[in-house]
Amino acid sequence: MTQEEVRTRVHQFIRKNFLFDEKTPLTDDQSLLGSGVVDSTGILELISFLEETCRVKFEDNELVADNFDTIARIAGFITAKLSREKV
Amino acid sequence: MCGIAGIVNTGNRHEPPSRELLTGMVRAIRHRGPDEYGMYRDRRAGFVHARLSLIDLTSGQQPLANEDETLWIVFNGEIFNYLELRVDLEALGHRFRTRSDTEVIVHAYEEWGNGCFPRFNGQWALALWDSRSHRLILSRDRIGVRPLYVREHGGRVWFASEVKAIFADASVPREIDPRGLDQTFTYWTPLAPTSLFKGIEELPPGSVREYDGDGGKHETVFWRPSYPVTSPDDYPLTLDEATEALAEKLEQATRLRILRADVPVGSYLSGGLDSSITAWMGRKAKEGVFRTYSIRFQDAEYDETEFQRAMAATIDSDHQELVVTRGDIARVFPEVIRHTERPVLRTAPAPLFLLSRLVRDSGIKAVLTGEGADEMLAGYDIFREAEIRQFWSRQPGSVARPRLFERLYPYLARSPGQAKGMALEFWRQGIERAGAPGFSHDPRWRTTSQLKRFFSAELRAALESRPSDDVLRALPPEYGRWDSLARAQYLEVVTLLSGYLISSQGDRMLMAHSVEGRFPFLDSEVMEFCNGLPPLYKLAGLNEKFILKRAAKGRVPEKIIHRPKQPYRAPDAVSFVEKGAPAYVEEVLSESALRDAGLFDVGAARGLYAKCLRRAGDSANEMAFSNADNMGVVGLLSTQLLHREFILADGGAPGGDIEYKTLIDRVQFRQLQGTA
Repeated sequence: MTQEEVRTRVHQFIRKNFLFDEKTPLTDDQSLLGSGVVDSTGILELISFLEETCRVKFEDNELVADNFDTIARIAGFITAKLSREKV
Repeated sequence: MCGIAGIVNTGNRHEPPSRELLTGMVRAIRHRGPDEYGMYRDRRAGFVHARLSLIDLTSGQQPLANEDETLWIVFNGEIFNYLELRVDLEALGHRFRTRSDTEVIVHAYEEWGNGCFPRFNGQWALALWDSRSHRLILSRDRIGVRPLYVREHGGRVWFASEVKAIFADASVPREIDPRGLDQTFTYWTPLAPTSLFKGIEELPPGSVREYDGDGGKHETVFWRPSYPVTSPDDYPLTLDEATEALAEKLEQATRLRILRADVPVGSYLSGGLDSSITAWMGRKAKEGVFRTYSIRFQDAEYDETEFQRAMAATIDSDHQELVVTRGDIARVFPEVIRHTERPVLRTAPAPLFLLSRLVRDSGIKAVLTGEGADEMLAGYDIFREAEIRQFWSRQPGSVARPRLFERLYPYLARSPGQAKGMALEFWRQGIERAGAPGFSHDPRWRTTSQLKRFFSAELRAALESRPSDDVLRALPPEYGRWDSLARAQYLEVVTLLSGYLISSQGDRMLMAHSVEGRFPFLDSEVMEFCNGLPPLYKLAGLNEKFILKRAAKGRVPEKIIHRPKQPYRAPDAVSFVEKGAPAYVEEVLSESALRDAGLFDVGAARGLYAKCLRRAGDSANEMAFSNADNMGVVGLLSTQLLHREFILADGGAPGGDIEYKTLIDRVQFRQLQGTA
């Protein structure tokens, strides 16, 4: 899965599950928690989605805001993780 | 305890209020007082009253007047210190015909004018009509335990305990006020005088409003929460002395609420500290059977049975329990919303609606509850969160400081990683604003405001130029001189306590089944005492309600005193989306209903509903609804129900005959004289 694919999937998931519309602005670099798009329980929904869709398992120490706070970071983090695991 | 309503012509333009109209108004709120009805009418004013008889059962009818029948009153509530006031008034030469507290108000007003209200220790909403000077006086108790709504239009004033009585006049336009909706989706409640309905005001708690005969209007606030501006070191009592004094004041407040009734008073038991100590004191106040009532939940997550039973056993009460299911909540929810008359973001009022029915069916008309303790003595997590965030803000890079949240929420320590990292990120937001006026409530208001993403384009446009910091713009001048805990307490009292807990979850749920709530922690002397305490006596480190826990020793079982605080919650979104949910849910959240109401973005609202339906259907996700989704579903559903019940219909229940026990009609009387 390419970084671009992850980015697109996450983008769609957030629209469908948190914004529920096509209009609200959603950028790759916007803080999901900070802008209130996703709340602290909502982030758990996002994490299970990523685990299912991207077939990854996160370690506890990976589950920090730094890795999940923006769509760009999520995409970057997942692709890096996937390529590490392939090696 | 009762329902009141009336119409007054403040100019000289109108015909007298019609009897049919007044009867329609009282019929709309008959649930508040099914025992007797009364009406007073002259050429300018009409008052109606639905009575729930609790004091002076035989002669306390209303409307009631002074000796020369020039000053008339309708009154909902209790003045708990009425016997003491009566002694004072008799010494000043006033003569009484009844034993009721209502008559004391009339004489107190004659004697002291508006200065009478700060003398009352009680819970009231009332209207006085001075038929000589053509003045209408409306007043409400300090915290707003009893409701009162007002409409002014074209030289006429309508007032009533509930909005539906004003809507009983079909000439009154019924429209949602975007401002009231915006406030609800920020603070959990509209802020008086704003209500959910355009043109309908809620009289602010602790205020008096006068309309004089030629259209003039004057409003005074006689009370609002106030805290020390002096150093806590100057507080005269040691912790032990203060604990003792608190227990005495609470006992006195509870005794008044048990003994100042000519019917037996029971008590709610939630399983927590506040209702436990209240029930203990209630039990002690009077010999004989003492009845207690509890809600149990089928969902173990919310259930507190063990603690409720422990307290009932301690005081040997006649204890009744009601088991509430998700299905029950969904079934009664439309009726609940017809009574709250404002949207809610949680279903928590629904079980209390069912509980008051159990109380009424058991023959009890009044109950004590522990409401107010968390606000007066700093019981809520929001106070502790604010303290930690403030502490953290002084060292924003600190790793150790935010770990204090694990003390608050032990589950965080057990689930490292996901929950913790994200939760801390949530609380970190805005810590740089420590010391700013709304700091303590910022996380809650921010989270709640996110729900506005569901607002329709029209609603957003209507709100565009509106500032959204209503609470902060109305702060008292001394606010900035209070300590941080007091500032947080103030915000909690004027928003959630007044507008939601004692209203949507309190008076409205109780009175739906003609049961009066009595709240010792909201006794005026108890409140003043608590507000004067040094902050450390209330919140010692992170130990909430510290002084109350000490006062509870020897009265309440240790396991209740030391249990972690459990917020009262009920199953939310899941109640409406699980299999077998009632058909109205789909109806009011349908595309056409959403479009008709025009309040929410159809796609977004349908999207949220569909998501929750999906999750409910997925057994792996059982109960997995985020806070945002729970509040979203309940908020949208309750708003849509309000639209159906109050905009499409008038909010009233099916009719029925009203037979007046008291009927003073000076218009009819004159007409009869005229034709004779």
